[in-house]
Amino acid sequence: MPDTTEAPRPMTRPAPQPAAQAPASASRPVRFRGGGFVAEPRRWAALLAFVIAIAAWEASGRLRLVSPLFLPPPSAILLALQGLVADGSLARNLAASLMRIGVGWTLGTAAGVLVGFAMGIWSIARAIGLPAVSALFPIPKIALLPLFILWLGIGEASKFATIGLGVFFPTVIATYSAVDGVPRNLIRMGQSFNMPWLDVLRKVVLPGAMPGILAGFRISASIALILVVSAEMIGADYGIGAFVLNAGNLMLTDQLLAGVLVLSLLGLAIGTALSLLEKTLLKWR
Amino acid sequence: MELFVRGLSHRYGDLLVLDSIDLDVREGEILVVIGPSGCGKSTLLGILGGIVPHGGEAVRIAGEPPPGCLNPVSFVFQDFSLLPWRSVEDNVGLVLEHQRMPTGERRERVEDCLRRMGLLEFRKALPKQLSGGMRQRVGIARALATRPAILLLDEPLSALDAQTRDLLMEDFLDLWKRDRTTAVYVTHNLNEALRLADRVVVLTRRPGRIRDIVKVGLPREDRAGAAGQAFLAEVHDRLWELIKAEARIADREIVDA
Repeated sequence: MPDTTEAPRPMTRPAPQPAAQAPASASRPVRFRGGGFVAEPRRWAALLAFVIAIAAWEASGRLRLVSPLFLPPPSAILLALQGLVADGSLARNLAASLMRIGVGWTLGTAAGVLVGFAMGIWSIARAIGLPAVSALFPIPKIALLPLFILWLGIGEASKFATIGLGVFFPTVIATYSAVDGVPRNLIRMGQSFNMPWLDVLRKVVLPGAMPGILAGFRISASIALILVVSAEMIGADYGIGAFVLNAGNLMLTDQLLAGVLVLSLLGLAIGTALSLLEKTLLKWR
Repeated sequence: MELFVRGLSHRYGDLLVLDSIDLDVREGEILVVIGPSGCGKSTLLGILGGIVPHGGEAVRIAGEPPPGCLNPVSFVFQDFSLLPWRSVEDNVGLVLEHQRMPTGERRERVEDCLRRMGLLEFRKALPKQLSGGMRQRVGIARALATRPAILLLDEPLSALDAQTRDLLMEDFLDLWKRDRTTAVYVTHNLNEALRLADRVVVLTRRPGRIRDIVKVGLPREDRAGAAGQAFLAEVHDRLWELIKAEARIADREIVDA
């Protein structure tokens, strides 16, 4: 092959030429070396691992390798769950827990979003809020439950306060970071077109911060679940936490694990609901 | 409308970025501002448009805005600054939503701007679905929707590839011919400056001072031909001589982040 070619101006289309052969002796194929380090979906692997784990667990129970008193097999847990559904105790306990999570999470999250937003927008709120949040956030909120019981009584209010306070701080941090992270160029753009302050907030800052706020919801929902169980274990007649504690005290491990199963399903349901919310609100991503 | 700048200096903390700028932006002209990186071009534009805080009264605006003008000084941004959660038409309509005007008129204005920028068929698309050139078209359409008296363009083509830049420059000039909107256009690119400008302001490296103001002196329609290219080559050489030494020094300075 020549190194250079003159630009031809053919009157007719030239006949296609066979590709020139590289000299076999002096050349070698270029080896692909860019493999690996790529995540590929292997959905079947997760399902298979799950099925194997459950089967092994069931087998260990049936073969009496493990005492059912310490670890009842999955079938026994499902039977216990069926009984709890039939006698209405699951509904009664679940309703109590859901009510506490609902009220506590809503109050704490609403307050957290407002405070986080204020800290993201106003320098004075940020100057006051950041050190306060940094100082109070690390306190394990369940440690304050006895104080809340003293202040608010053993009833629902102290549990709402524990859950509310527990989700408040992560929501403040998530919202503040999300508002702070809204690109300044978008805000300047709005201002350069004379958009009123409230419009900039509503149409630029809020939607821009929404991914971060929703990510905060995911964290605060799991915190709410942990706190409701803890609070119910400390002082409640009903609720999944109280049920699990009572089952443990009576050594009803199948019922105890049925309660744990309900909690994990509850966590899964909350996560799915938040994913749907994200899909709806963040379609643009 | 016209802009007048008298004795404008600007500091970021202790850092002087603009020093004693005197400048007139005349009605109906395209004034291009060039200069080395970090010389304060974008800061100057931000001050002219009122989005960079400047305490003094060094910048003044004069004249009556044209009929239907809703924002006398409108920006076209280098990074497009489109809201990623809004469609093309909603991004353009955003700047009209807070204006008191009938919904029908608002819709017509948006549609007119989309048509002028060749965006009608992409009206429902999100910014992420568009190429860089199309995104900047949305940015220009948004600025035009307010029927500005003065357009401030901050390196509007610098994020685009060379071919898209040429295409967009042609489209911008076609649009500009209709309304002859006064424009201040900041760029690094001498070819953009020569293609678009009536006058080119050359800034020194930081602190930015006006090194010279060069009049291109050839009608835009004559710039494409061979004679025009020869003429522009001379202007190019002159501009390059003015900024070359400054740009070389600016390139070797440590950036104080």
